[in-house]
Amino acid sequence: MIKLTVNGKTYETDAEPDTPLLWVIREQVGLTGTKYGCGIAQCGSCTVHIDGAAVRSCAIPASAAAGKKITTIEGLASGEVLHKVQQAWLDHDVPQCGYCQAGMIMAVAALLKDKPKPTDADIDATITNICRCGTFQQVREAIHAVAKA
Amino acid sequence: MTTMPKMNRRTFIISTAAIGGGLALGLRLPFGPGVVRAADGSPEVNAWVVIRPDDTVVIRVARSEMGQGTITGLAQLVTEELECDWSKVTTEYPTPGQSVARKRVWGPFSTGGSRGIRTSHDYVRQGGATARLMLIQAAANEWNVPASECSASNSVITHGPSGRTTTYGKVAEAAARLTPPKDVKLKDPKDWKIAGKPVKRLDTLDKLTGKQVFGFDLKLPGMLNAAIKECPVFGGKVKSFDAAKVSGMKGVKKVVQVGDTAVAVVADTWWRAKTALDALPVVWDEGPNAKVSSATIADVLRAGLDAEQAFVGNRSGDARAALSAAAKKVEAVYSYPFQNHACMEPMNATARYTPDKCEVWVPTQDGEGSFAAVLRASGLPAEKCEVYKINLGGGFGRRGAFQDYVTQAVQIAKQLPGTPVKLLWSREEDMAQGRYHPVMQCKLTGGLDADNNLSGLHMRLSGQSILASVRPHILEKQKGRDPATFQGVADSGEHAFGYTIPNLLVDHAMRNTHVPPGFWRGVNINQNCIFLECFMDELAHAAGQDALEFRRKLLGKHPRNLAVLNAVAERAGWGRPAPEGIHRGLAHMKAFNSYVAACVEISVSGGNKVKIHRIVCATDTSYAVNPAQIERQIAGSFVYGLSALFFQECTVKNGRIEQTNFDSYNSMRIAQMPKVESIIMPSGGAVWGGVGEPTICVAAPAVINAFFRATGKRIRSFPLKNHDIELV
Repeated sequence: MIKLTVNGKTYETDAEPDTPLLWVIREQVGLTGTKYGCGIAQCGSCTVHIDGAAVRSCAIPASAAAGKKITTIEGLASGEVLHKVQQAWLDHDVPQCGYCQAGMIMAVAALLKDKPKPTDADIDATITNICRCGTFQQVREAIHAVAKA
Repeated sequence: MTTMPKMNRRTFIISTAAIGGGLALGLRLPFGPGVVRAADGSPEVNAWVVIRPDDTVVIRVARSEMGQGTITGLAQLVTEELECDWSKVTTEYPTPGQSVARKRVWGPFSTGGSRGIRTSHDYVRQGGATARLMLIQAAANEWNVPASECSASNSVITHGPSGRTTTYGKVAEAAARLTPPKDVKLKDPKDWKIAGKPVKRLDTLDKLTGKQVFGFDLKLPGMLNAAIKECPVFGGKVKSFDAAKVSGMKGVKKVVQVGDTAVAVVADTWWRAKTALDALPVVWDEGPNAKVSSATIADVLRAGLDAEQAFVGNRSGDARAALSAAAKKVEAVYSYPFQNHACMEPMNATARYTPDKCEVWVPTQDGEGSFAAVLRASGLPAEKCEVYKINLGGGFGRRGAFQDYVTQAVQIAKQLPGTPVKLLWSREEDMAQGRYHPVMQCKLTGGLDADNNLSGLHMRLSGQSILASVRPHILEKQKGRDPATFQGVADSGEHAFGYTIPNLLVDHAMRNTHVPPGFWRGVNINQNCIFLECFMDELAHAAGQDALEFRRKLLGKHPRNLAVLNAVAERAGWGRPAPEGIHRGLAHMKAFNSYVAACVEISVSGGNKVKIHRIVCATDTSYAVNPAQIERQIAGSFVYGLSALFFQECTVKNGRIEQTNFDSYNSMRIAQMPKVESIIMPSGGAVWGGVGEPTICVAAPAVINAFFRATGKRIRSFPLKNHDIELV
């Protein structure tokens, strides 16, 4: 039994406490926007925010997130209004297959919260998500567009 | 008119979920002449076009969307001819079952070989144009005027003389009852308004909010989850497993054998299934392949480099004689490793089986291939099977010709009749059970005459044939030869050799392995372009000539190769001094009927740290349906191709693949990727070129050639990490 607060709602789940947070979010909470790519915190597809910080949810036990504020891609927008990163992604037609993009967007949203005007070096150091389609060029453009807005 | 039975609500919900919120897959055939309707009752003007009363246009295409933008491109082409309002266009997939029932009206489903647009543009445009004429005719009939006095634009039909107007949504019902016209004339691409333009993709929004349903996001009522492990030694089998050890674990419902080769645990959640699978004792019968290693495979290939027997792919003049007579001979051996596709979304499929119906939901590059796998695995006839296609989290060739995960999902579901079971592979399973980029070695021998002209070239390939494993019937017709092995160096066709060399021999000593090969984005152009274009640089160096000038002399009869090569050279400033510490490299090839070239600029520090500063790429795809998407495919091809060059190799030990995840099989990150400057230079003509794959082949050789200029070192085996070369 584990209790999680995701996107402002509290969920009581029957998950084992050592289940990776990713799988509790997907299978018990039922939010599938957060993706599985590697299970070893390499690819970043599973990135969520815990108390505002970007975390790779595949590699931490759900129990470590209990009592904390978890935000997933489904909770990033304010109602119908897209988050500025989502809007920039739409404006710059960033995704290809889209699978890694939820994690990418969550990572970028956290970066921009810390550094509203990141340099290329900041982006390089912080955004280490894998994208096999290779959307990096559009990702970089879109980040700079948000920073300039 | 024929009324169609309404879908029950539950089916409708499942169908919409399966296609990520698009229109339900409720198409029904009429029992006689009449209107075919979509599930919501809207009329189908023809197979490609459904128009709703609110003027929404639903464009149906059979090819799969896996990120490459094909669905948007095909919708642009239909829209162009249909003259409908682009802002009201949406798309959906017909199902393979519907296609079979309607004599494959949508054409092939297979989405590979960069064929998505280049081999379907004609019939989808015909579909759009035919629908337009029917809609105009319906309006003319209603107004009792000649159709020739009416025109259509932006989903509005106007009667010229009277100025009367109506919309597509209003006349779609009547249009659907008309006999389709034949021999419809298509627009000249010069007059395109939507096609040819960098319009935004149609499928972006749901990818930003978590709403898009990928295969492994699917939820069906009562669904269970399966985790699977197949014998890690290819060709091996299950000997035994001890289900009792894990059947009491939380959430576990069933432990099943899957075919001869795999075991799966079915549980309420996937994580519990995987946890139990990890704890399940399994004994494998690994068979004789357990003795195979990368070194034994390399030995076999090496022997093929000098073997007597080889299949000829391209021959002119007498290469052997020219080489014996050469004033200077240059020889080099290159080798290319196994590689995994590593799609971000691991393989998965969801199946529900009863003796009366077998349904599968799957991200697939080939809906019909999936359908065939369902038929085989279920043992049910076509009318009792159906496949619902879901957009893919990457395909790259892994999800087309191979439907192993579909077969497995059905084999599992058959052991739990009536219960939908979602099978998801772990990343580790995905790495272990790939359909790998084939291994190949190549010995190249070139001869220069006394004037340093290239008088002869022998390119001996030795290695694996994809088609021998995947499509053996093609080899039977070719007396054992695999024509695809010669992609990029073939004597003619969509992968024709890009040079004129008086004495040329390209041949292939086929050396197959127990590691299953597959079509890996670009397929055989990846290694062939490295072999050919790096060796051209070696020859130019031996001749004391500039790499571009040396190539140009051999390109007189290849104007389109020359044009893309010139374009990148000019943009990059080839021939002018590069900035301090910067070194350039070139490559070009014809692939999938497109012509591509790249020029890269790199610097190397400490002898092994490569920084790529600039990539210039040109492509002549004949037509550019969506230049913005082509740019993205070009940039993405460099990420895929350079990840392979620097990091990626699947090595074999004890018969199995050693790499298990992205920590041992790395992929480029944003920090390593420079801006790609794309030059899109479509030159028209009757044959359209592909986009998704061609560019990938020039990425690696351009960098390798630049690395030689920077360091004086020729690298001839890959990935570069094996030479302690890093990408920074």
